[in-house]
Amino acid sequence: MHGPVHLTAEVLSGSRSGAFTQLTLAAPGVGERFRPGSFLAVSVGEPGERTRLARRALWIHQVRPLGGHATSVSVLVDPVGPGTRWLASRARGDRLEITGPLGGRVFALPKEPVSTLVVGEGVHAAPLFALAERLRERDCPVHLLLAAPDEAHLLSALEARRTARSVTVATLDGSVGTRAPAADLLPDLLRRTGAAVVYAAGSTPLLHAVARAAEDHGAWSQTALTLPTPCGTGLCLGCPVPVVGEDGVARTARVCAEGPVLRGDRVRWDDLVGAESAPRTGTGEERG
Amino acid sequence: MSPTTPGTRVAGLHLAEPVMLAAGCAGTGREAAAYAPLSTYGAVVSRTITLDARAGSRAPRVLESPAGLLHATGLPNPGLTAFCATELPALVQAGARVVVSVAGATPEEITQVVRGLARTSGVSAVELHLCAPDAAEAGVLAPRDGAGVSEAVSAAAGVLPPGVPLLAKLAPVLAGVAEHARAAAGAGAAAVVVGGAQPALLPDGRPAGLSGPAVRPQALRAVHAAATALAGTGVDVVGCGGVTVAADARALLDAGAAVVQVGSALLSDPTSAARLVTDLRAGRAPDDHT
Ligand SMILES: Cc1cc2nc3c(=O)[nH]c(=O)nc-3n(C[C@H](O)[C@H](O)[C@H](O)COP(=O)(O)OP(=O)(O)OC[C@H]3O[C@@H](n4cnc5c(N)ncnc54)[C@H](O)[C@@H]3O)c2cc1C
Ligand SMILES: Cc1cc2nc3c(=O)[nH]c(=O)nc-3n(C[C@H](O)[C@H](O)[C@H](O)COP(=O)(O)O)c2cc1C
Ligand code: FES
Repeated sequence: MHGPVHLTAEVLSGSRSGAFTQLTLAAPGVGERFRPGSFLAVSVGEPGERTRLARRALWIHQVRPLGGHATSVSVLVDPVGPGTRWLASRARGDRLEITGPLGGRVFALPKEPVSTLVVGEGVHAAPLFALAERLRERDCPVHLLLAAPDEAHLLSALEARRTARSVTVATLDGSVGTRAPAADLLPDLLRRTGAAVVYAAGSTPLLHAVARAAEDHGAWSQTALTLPTPCGTGLCLGCPVPVVGEDGVARTARVCAEGPVLRGDRVRWDDLVGAESAPRTGTGEERG
Repeated sequence: MSPTTPGTRVAGLHLAEPVMLAAGCAGTGREAAAYAPLSTYGAVVSRTITLDARAGSRAPRVLESPAGLLHATGLPNPGLTAFCATELPALVQAGARVVVSVAGATPEEITQVVRGLARTSGVSAVELHLCAPDAAEAGVLAPRDGAGVSEAVSAAAGVLPPGVPLLAKLAPVLAGVAEHARAAAGAGAAAVVVGGAQPALLPDGRPAGLSGPAVRPQALRAVHAAATALAGTGVDVVGCGGVTVAADARALLDAGAAVVQVGSALLSDPTSAARLVTDLRAGRAPDDHT
């Protein structure tokens, strides 16, 4: 079974966990195709009354058996804007239009049982627990770094403690764990764990720091980008990320279709950060 | 009922269905094929191809606006040669009837691109994109008057072999649509595509296009104006703008379009155009929407 499916999924449950809402969905055909790092594109609003037409990307957090051959998938929603607020208020029995699993490149697993560092920021730690399980199945020691502004935005590391050899927690306000930006902890963690691969999901600045720290330590990095993906399906060409191809040539890739997970040394981070904060260009030519 | 029953003639082509995927809204084609075979549609319009590769604009390129999508992609594409070597054969392989969308900075460049396509198999028709809302940033022609349209269309129509018709995609701006449609017809276009994006601005001030249900009534009016202007010429109108469900398509067909194109709707539901084909075939109630 290949490729994504588009369907209306029933919400089996919605529960709060800190600032996040976890939604569990009956989504036939989605869980079966899941690989860690793949995501869903979700529509906002009731069908027929929709005015927000871009889709919201949500990591697939968990896939669980539902009985028979069916599986459920769960997502974690951080309500940061109108779309995610609407999604976070869904409850059992509601329906969501979803497409997934999406992503042309997901987390690539090491062939050798090497040590790994797995870094998740806020809600973007969601895809990393399934990744950690796959890594452990391959006898790769997993060291987890979970970061968030505060405790409410920190994913519970309880279940990860069974999978991970070490868990480090960092918050900006010090409400739990070390009071520090995650990026500050990377060099020391890399040294202590001897990680050969760093996996990370989070904001662009953190991913950039991960790519840099990995390079400094001679490790590979696999960064899961979270730039806006208006359709999520590769159709609109609206999610550019500047990259360097295997041939060394600078290109623009699509986050949703060529990512969302890219090797850290393939992303032109400086161009990405520059593009995000580029100044206004004025109105330019107007057509009559 | 006749325009919506299977099998439609447009620009001299026989299409199995009166529904095309609109330019720039089907990725490279491969991504759309994940949801329905490309043979489902009457035709698939490629993303707009230019002579040389274009990286496209910086982010943001696509933003939502109430019931619409704003876009300023800068026409990212691999350039004519790479397109003909990879994307075009892949589209044909995936079962698509391919209409290649093209644009150019000058009439000469348009001629060069179209000449390249005229030599390539698998091209059912060429759609000349004359209404890029971000034309300056994308570096392509977007004529403002009939003379400009005429010049651009002549540059393309003159180098196409018989049997490969030219579609001219015109700005849906009411003030000019009748004049532009007549100019395109006079210069050799076999059809005009009416109802591309409405001129708009991104919040950061860059020119962009507005598409989706928000522009549907404007597309309807522009299609009606073009169909009226072209009555009796034998030049067809392809309607585009906000088509989501069968009722929207029927409205454009009733206003004089021979076929419709679906763009934005695919971006929120990649199965929407395939469902539209089925619903039009079944002659389902126009407001059916489940
Ligand atoms: C691959 C991927 C996986 C993601 N996984 C999750 C997840 O599991 N849980 C979660 O809560 N969030 C996740 N996000 C971020 C989430 O998609 C955005 O926060 C959300 O789209 C914002 O929509 P909004 O309407 O609430 O906010 P607004 O900021 O009002 O959004 C307006 C528009 O901008 C886009 N947008 C704005 N900021 C972002 C952003 N940071 N990332 C992506 N799109 C943005 C929106 O899609 C929408 O089109 C993910 C993003 C990506 C790219
Ligand atoms: C994201 C996006 C990209 C587009 N890119 C192109 C393009 O490359 N060439 C073109 O002729 N039209 C392009 N269009 C315009 C569409 O083909 C279509 O004419 C327009 O969006 C109106 O139809 P709709 O409301 O169904 O989307 C694009 C539209 C969108 C939303
Ligand atoms: S979000 Fe549309 S192509 Fe990636």
